[in-house]
Amino acid sequence: MTNISLDINTDLARQILTQFLREEITRTGLSRAVVGLSGGIDSALACCLAAEALGPHNVLAVCMPYRTSAAESLEHAQLLIAQLGVPSLTVPITDMAEPLLNRFPDMSNLRRGNIMARLRMIVLYDQSAAFGGLVVGTGNKTEIMLGYSTLFGDSAHALNPLGDLYKTQVRQLARALGVPAPILDKAPSADLWPGQTDEAEMGLTYARADQLLYLLVDQRYKPEECVAAGFDAGFVRTVVDRLRRNHFKRVMPLVAKLSNRTVGYDFLYLRDWGT
Amino acid sequence: MPALTLGLAQIKTKLGAVQANLEKHLALIDDAAKAGVQLLVFPELSLTGYVLQDLVPTVACAPTPDDPVFSQLLAVSRARNLDLVVGFVDEDQRNRFYIASAYLSQGRVVHVHHKVYLPTYGLFDEGRFFAWGDAVRAFDTRFGRLGMLICEDFWHASAPYLLWLDGADVMLFASASPGRGLNSAPTLESARWVEHVLKAYASLFTTFVAHTNKVGFEDGLNFWGGAVAFDPNGDQLVQGPYHEEALVVTTLDLNQLHRTRARLPLLRDERHALVAREIARITAGSAGARDKG
Repeated sequence: MTNISLDINTDLARQILTQFLREEITRTGLSRAVVGLSGGIDSALACCLAAEALGPHNVLAVCMPYRTSAAESLEHAQLLIAQLGVPSLTVPITDMAEPLLNRFPDMSNLRRGNIMARLRMIVLYDQSAAFGGLVVGTGNKTEIMLGYSTLFGDSAHALNPLGDLYKTQVRQLARALGVPAPILDKAPSADLWPGQTDEAEMGLTYARADQLLYLLVDQRYKPEECVAAGFDAGFVRTVVDRLRRNHFKRVMPLVAKLSNRTVGYDFLYLRDWGT
Repeated sequence: MPALTLGLAQIKTKLGAVQANLEKHLALIDDAAKAGVQLLVFPELSLTGYVLQDLVPTVACAPTPDDPVFSQLLAVSRARNLDLVVGFVDEDQRNRFYIASAYLSQGRVVHVHHKVYLPTYGLFDEGRFFAWGDAVRAFDTRFGRLGMLICEDFWHASAPYLLWLDGADVMLFASASPGRGLNSAPTLESARWVEHVLKAYASLFTTFVAHTNKVGFEDGLNFWGGAVAFDPNGDQLVQGPYHEEALVVTTLDLNQLHRTRARLPLLRDERHALVAREIARITAGSAGARDKG
């Protein structure tokens, strides 16, 4: 097995990511951020970075439990809120979700999970307007590459400090920033139904997926080179297939080109245009 | 000319906002003059920002006295007795756009360099928006003979090599280098790569090499600053901070050229006629290979 280290220099990551949040938020004319806190490690880290970048009083932490959410999720979120001293709000989504969920009683877990993720997006964007802050994304590189997210749900945000860090690296940086131990130590879960864990749902472990993605994406290995490096052929096939199948979640919706100048093809400006 | 006090500006820029960037240049020039700087170097595209894409035609200017931007820079170079290297988009007479650096001294444009290597791979897309420069020339200044290169230019050893043969004893490099390659090391890979090659050029060409780089963000890209200068022994003279705006000042003891080249006569022994012959042979012989011009 090839020795693959995903270790990062956490001081440097912290410096770049806090500067990123501060600079890219303030250049829009705002100085505040809104972060949805799930009780998990990704949103905890995003909230820590935002609090450090903007000052705790400029970051609104929003907890959005559903009735089946684990009680410890809210407890862990509160632990972080207390530690950082950020203002917070709890907006349960149960009352919003139930009418739609009840209308389709045989709804799959996937559909139910997507509805919850999109309701949370609605709450966050409403708080974005109310609080005057940009919504900070919390998806990591592993999730983005594997497509483990809800389009227009948790994938909807203004900017994301974690999107180029694999889950393993998120854990390393979260530890360095002092994220409370109960959050660091528990199994990653989208908490969409009781007992759910990311790894069981996807049928893989983050540790192995991160190493494989690092070879495929960052080091440009061919799939057969990954197998030669010690990865199971079936696992490589699964991950390669997920990478391709979920690319639609990583790009803007398609625009049908008709004119000589079209958004997405030959109308090209950064978002920071003029700032 | 025994010494040159060199200022290296590592600044943030506003994307496509030339007037705002010009004001920032003028403020920093003021600071530099007060600090005794004789030559102040700004990063690549310092007047415009880097990832310009479709903004390119709207931010171009001409390095001439009647240009509203350059007229102010030229006036201040005279008034403050401070030479300047500024980065901008140059539009030529036939409306081709170049990534350019201009050397200004005492109210005159002494030299303009057009970037000759436009990275168009990975995260870079310069070849889509810009024309390729076609000259690498040293030029005379009141501080001696100098040369300028822009970012990707110095990733091709031939460019500093040509400046060396053309008489440049101080090489001024300007970049807008996006930071990348985070691992367990305390600096980004992109910073380490650049510092390796700068040190190597200073050592191999027994010349001064100074480099400055933009800071701040453009969308998700970070620019890492870290201005440096090396002397003809390859020893580092100064190191600017990473990821922060700074005016980095160092003094080049130009007599070091004499001492280093007395010890190590690499320039004296360089066989450029041999190089020219072999390049002519290789070029003539590679019928199948595409000549990149």
